[in-house]
Amino acid sequence: MSKLIKPTPTLTRRTLLGTAAAAAATPLLGRYAQAQSSEPIRIGFQVHRTGIGASYGRWYDRTTTAAVKRINDMGGINGRPVEIVAEDDGTDPKRGAEVVEKFATQHNCDIGFGTLFSHVVYGSAPRAGELKLPYFVVSEGHHVASGALNRWTMQPGITDVKSQVQAMAPFVADNLGKKVTMIYPDFAFGHDHRDYFSEAIEKQGGEVVAKIAIPPSETSFTKYFPKIPRDTEVIYHVMIGPAVLTFVKEMGEFFGPSKPEIFGFLDSLEAVDINSPGLEFLEGTYFWEGNPRHAQADQSSHDKMYREAVGVDENGASVSDAKDVSTYSHMFGCWETLNIVKRGMEAADYKGIADRSKLIEAIEEMSDMPLSDDHPQGAKRFNGKTHQTFGHQYISKVDSGKLVLAHTSSIEDTLYEDEVDYTAQSF
Amino acid sequence: MEFGPHLLLASLEGATTAAVLALTAMGLSIVFGVMRVVNVAHGEFYMIGAVLAWFIATSVGAHPALGFVAALLIAPLLVGFLAAGVDRLILRHINYDPERTIVATIGTLYILQQTTLMTFGPDARPVEPPFNSRIALPWFEWGENGFEFYFPWGLSTTSYKLFVIAAAVVILITLWLAITRTKAGLVMRATQQDSDMAQAFGIPVKTVYSVVFGLGAGLAAIGAVLVVPIQQAYYLMGHDPLLLSFIVVIIGGLGSLPGTIIAAILIGMADGIISVFFTPTLAKIFATLVVAMVLVFRPKGLLGKSTS
Repeated sequence: MSKLIKPTPTLTRRTLLGTAAAAAATPLLGRYAQAQSSEPIRIGFQVHRTGIGASYGRWYDRTTTAAVKRINDMGGINGRPVEIVAEDDGTDPKRGAEVVEKFATQHNCDIGFGTLFSHVVYGSAPRAGELKLPYFVVSEGHHVASGALNRWTMQPGITDVKSQVQAMAPFVADNLGKKVTMIYPDFAFGHDHRDYFSEAIEKQGGEVVAKIAIPPSETSFTKYFPKIPRDTEVIYHVMIGPAVLTFVKEMGEFFGPSKPEIFGFLDSLEAVDINSPGLEFLEGTYFWEGNPRHAQADQSSHDKMYREAVGVDENGASVSDAKDVSTYSHMFGCWETLNIVKRGMEAADYKGIADRSKLIEAIEEMSDMPLSDDHPQGAKRFNGKTHQTFGHQYISKVDSGKLVLAHTSSIEDTLYEDEVDYTAQSF
Repeated sequence: MEFGPHLLLASLEGATTAAVLALTAMGLSIVFGVMRVVNVAHGEFYMIGAVLAWFIATSVGAHPALGFVAALLIAPLLVGFLAAGVDRLILRHINYDPERTIVATIGTLYILQQTTLMTFGPDARPVEPPFNSRIALPWFEWGENGFEFYFPWGLSTTSYKLFVIAAAVVILITLWLAITRTKAGLVMRATQQDSDMAQAFGIPVKTVYSVVFGLGAGLAAIGAVLVVPIQQAYYLMGHDPLLLSFIVVIIGGLGSLPGTIIAAILIGMADGIISVFFTPTLAKIFATLVVAMVLVFRPKGLLGKSTS
């Protein structure tokens, strides 16, 4: 609006038109404000619909839609229906900040939600803080708990990389080997892996013998593999982006029959069928999973309900298209975050935008969350000071083309000392 | 990895890159040589070639080899017709004016890219190679028993990557024969040397332009069909080939076909070897540096002919 009434040297047709439009819109805005209590709660959903995060975005979208449907079926939040306002950020940090701004200033959203890629979080969170928009990210990055962001940014629905790798290191050192070569994407998320896993494996008496960073937009990978030292006992791989299938395939071609032990984060194969041609060598290797993709023998009733609601079959693919594999290790975060927002708004007796800081305070009060339909991935422990949640991590072994759960870490395995106290910051 | 096997692996990777790059850059070079059009949408024709290859291969559905052969025959043709259409609908109407063609092809770039995004979607999709077996490569050393062969760890390529190199060589030789030994090639060369004079001698210059623009895009599409079983079809994949093609064409000399080949091999191999031994970023820095040096010391490119 300020742009429209900016003083201009001459009155052009365009400014005249703009002023007229602004004047016409004003009474509408007034009426909207009066009727707000019965208006829906508007959740700005920042979604990676295009760009390198698109396959995650598609499934974040489906999970979010299913979670909102469930919340609305149960009567909404504080008697008000929930409405999703989705905006594509192109998996681009600059666009991310603009999208956050649109949520706050144009769409009149109550909160912003849903960002995954860590560089987009870094680009968007400062703007959310400036606009005082509660901003719920579903990203895994250590950026929230590290203290790099602000009081308005929270990650209550998904665990962060630091806690994940800390829980993986003992398993890797005890079962696979102590000399590890890490292959990771060369941006914030990959650097979290590099820094915190190196630290964690050293505590287990192991060492990282080589660190191979790959640009996230890379499409050809064979050239990186010769840097793997010959004495490597374990390959630790985590990759993201549209070329993950190529990455894993070329890794198999490089090693041929004489491969070391391989431990990967399922990020390297999210939205990719593990039985794709060329991936046969993964048989017998291990993966971290945020949430087991294949329905396990002892599947909980909560996972069953969640799978059905989102439309995922027992192999982790869409029920309508077996080739459309989900991002099962990450998307539960959308489901759980929205349920936490609901409980937060209920606890804060959230009425409207003026209560945004009360919502943040209400969620900061939360702690243990049991395994339930609200939390189908498992129990969580939220740390209100660091705005980060902690939870169980899963390690699966590839067995006859299926990911079979081999180890579940406890929440205690994932805890580390607080690095920040956001509650001490003012709003 | 030891130096020798490491270098061999790097060279093989570089040769695959160079082969695909030579095809793509050749398309750009021909279009510039004959039409004097800087085709900024060239990378998108490459991308559409890859996307069509995916579409054709999945529609055929039978054995992967059958789908691949169908894609290799049909996709470049379709892309060629699309490009010829762009020439008739857009470039012809702006009279091939150098500045306006750049703007027009930038517009075409976005139209093609966004149309693909809206139809094909934002995901990367794989095409199965017609055949793909890992070939472990031997290396030699002077051991205690004298000269002996052994198979170093990780030193391997795939049969498909070797096929890409061979296919690119065959296609480029065919192209060279077509340009130098056929009537159509003669007409093309005549148009390149002096289009007004060619027109005066009854050569349908406008049709030649459409065909050449289609041929250029078709070559990019062939490169893409060859590369798509190694990489994947993705709506943003046109960016890198465009940049590298421009680098190659500038180094080789705009419109010079042998120069384009030499530059493609130079840049492709350098990219492979520098990426393997150092970092891919350094490879890009090297390529850009070579461009800068060529522009300073040989502004017409390595084999470009001076117009003066």
